[in-house]
Amino acid sequence: MKLLRVKAIMKKEFIQIWRDPLSLAMAFIMPVILLFIYGYAITFDIDKIPTVVFDMDKSSLSREFVNQFHESGYFRVNSYVDNYKAIDPYLDAGRARVAVVIPEDFSKNVHKGCNVKIEVLIDGGDSNTATIAQGYAIAIAEGFSQRFRGSRVTPFIDSRSRVWYNNELKSRNFIIPGLIAIIMAVIIALLIALTIAREWDRGTMEQLISTPVKTPELIIGKLIPYFLIGFADTILTILMSTLLFNVPLRGSVILLLGLSGIFLFGGLSFGMLMSIVGKTQLAASQAALLTSFLPAFLLSGFIFSISNMPKPLQIVTYFIPARYFVTILKGIFLKGSTLKILWLEALLLTLFAVLVFIAANRKFRKRIE
Amino acid sequence: MADKVMNENNTAVQVTDLRRTFGDFVAVDNISLSVTKGEIFGFLGPNGAGKSTTIRILCGLLMPTGGTGTVGGFDINKESELIKQVIGYMSQKFSLYDSLTVEENIKFFSGVYNVPKVKKKERMEWVLEMAGLMEKRNTLTRNLATGFKQRLALGCAILHEPRIVFLDEPTSGVDPISRRKFWDLIGEMSQAGTTIFVTTHYMDEADYCDRLALMYRGKIIAEGTPNELRKKYMSRDVLEVNVDKVVEAFNVLSLHRIEAAIFGSTLHVMVDDRETSRAHISSVLGDSGITVKGIEKIPPSLEDVFVTLIEVS
Repeated sequence: MKLLRVKAIMKKEFIQIWRDPLSLAMAFIMPVILLFIYGYAITFDIDKIPTVVFDMDKSSLSREFVNQFHESGYFRVNSYVDNYKAIDPYLDAGRARVAVVIPEDFSKNVHKGCNVKIEVLIDGGDSNTATIAQGYAIAIAEGFSQRFRGSRVTPFIDSRSRVWYNNELKSRNFIIPGLIAIIMAVIIALLIALTIAREWDRGTMEQLISTPVKTPELIIGKLIPYFLIGFADTILTILMSTLLFNVPLRGSVILLLGLSGIFLFGGLSFGMLMSIVGKTQLAASQAALLTSFLPAFLLSGFIFSISNMPKPLQIVTYFIPARYFVTILKGIFLKGSTLKILWLEALLLTLFAVLVFIAANRKFRKRIE
Repeated sequence: MADKVMNENNTAVQVTDLRRTFGDFVAVDNISLSVTKGEIFGFLGPNGAGKSTTIRILCGLLMPTGGTGTVGGFDINKESELIKQVIGYMSQKFSLYDSLTVEENIKFFSGVYNVPKVKKKERMEWVLEMAGLMEKRNTLTRNLATGFKQRLALGCAILHEPRIVFLDEPTSGVDPISRRKFWDLIGEMSQAGTTIFVTTHYMDEADYCDRLALMYRGKIIAEGTPNELRKKYMSRDVLEVNVDKVVEAFNVLSLHRIEAAIFGSTLHVMVDDRETSRAHISSVLGDSGITVKGIEKIPPSLEDVFVTLIEVS
């Protein structure tokens, strides 16, 4: 292995990326765009759900009850109707996603201590929001009724939940750490997958393989620039996450960077392998997209919880390195996990990286065929 | 190791029964050849004859289906990586990096070829000088004219002063003046002791070579120095017939079973007996209303030789 050769290839690769606006944009603008989309635009938090109210009771008590909905912050009561039929247009047009119907005998029954039924209509078109809205509505109703039951009925078990690690249940806190894995996957899929295939497409590879350059020199020389770009992106993303989006970073930054480096190395080796196997730029980038970006996005637990997946799919996730990396990211960011806890994930990531790197080296042929 | 002695008889390249197939297609059909150290060996033939495939095998880029051979003393079947240390190769398709400048390309290849630090600068200046790119050293390669690109590619392939240089169609698409300069360079390198193995489909370039092999449909159909080839294969005379309507004249002659080939605005006719043929051609063409401006005996060009050889095989 000659350092001079690695250096020559590295330099060349850097110049090529630097002079290619598309690659540059992909490397440095894409992460920022992704962060903004996930940080601001897509949020799974529910608040201020537009709500319509049909209050048949029209008492001070019913008004107080409606107020509870409004004040919770989860619902925004924006209109009142005076007959049942009038609710439909609101829900149909999406002007409201929840309708609260209060029966005539509401205050009477509350004072009597009878069972009171109120009706909450929820637009189930978005099942995620619907489920959460339902939960909040029940909670508000229970809270309200407890105030009136007073000490008459004391429950045997008083369950109180406390959410740890992300106690405001901000979806941003749980999405953004995982996003680092996704951003790396993008770089892997869209940048490095082209590096070998492009040289075959353009004919420059024929010249290159006629030289005494050795396979590991070529592969390492090509990996380093992308590794540095990926690492810069990682730092950029971590800084934006903590400074701009106030995601807590409770664990060790060194550990975070170290494990990111291992994941990056594995991912880049994998992208390189795709580029070697794919031979043409199109085949390589599609293969990389299908095998690294999509699984990282869908099957890593980044957004969709693995434990809710069907069993066969859960098994598949064990073969996706991003799964381990997302666990690591969320662990270090939100729980302050240390290597003592994350050692298995770290070990598997390392194993994956080493195996794929070896595979890329073996698969590359300094021959035309 | 780099100085493993070449064969005792000074052979740079030698192959026996070299064969390469792609599925059913036989690209190289059991050819044998040998190239002496320091000579310019021309590999001629039409497109698709198997020249590039042969060159790629010799450079260790393609494995032969059969046959044995050595390049620079190294086995083509087993030591392709060692071969790559002593050769320079310039592929048919321009294959330097478009988005790198002239100087960056040179630096890249001198890095890859591991040119010693002390020589780097000197070699770069040499290539720039040789290719006439001194003023264009900071120009992006994609903006160079074809002639410059070709010379830069040659420069990059010989940065490390290889013992054997393989050039695949180095002058295709290059203007005549640049081609001339290119051959001058190749001549200089050969003078300095470098073996040059070059393919071309320009027959007029064949005379720059010390020795030639004519390849056709995967086979070598003739081999020798340019003069040997002329003498050996052209027992007949070549008459250059100057007429007003070349294509019509060609058709008329073919109709009369007279062997002719079109060369620009003239016809070359291969004849056994100069004087009787001259009269015969004049009358045949005259009868068909074609004006014959002149008929002259010319020395056979290698292209005439090649045309004859292809017709025979």
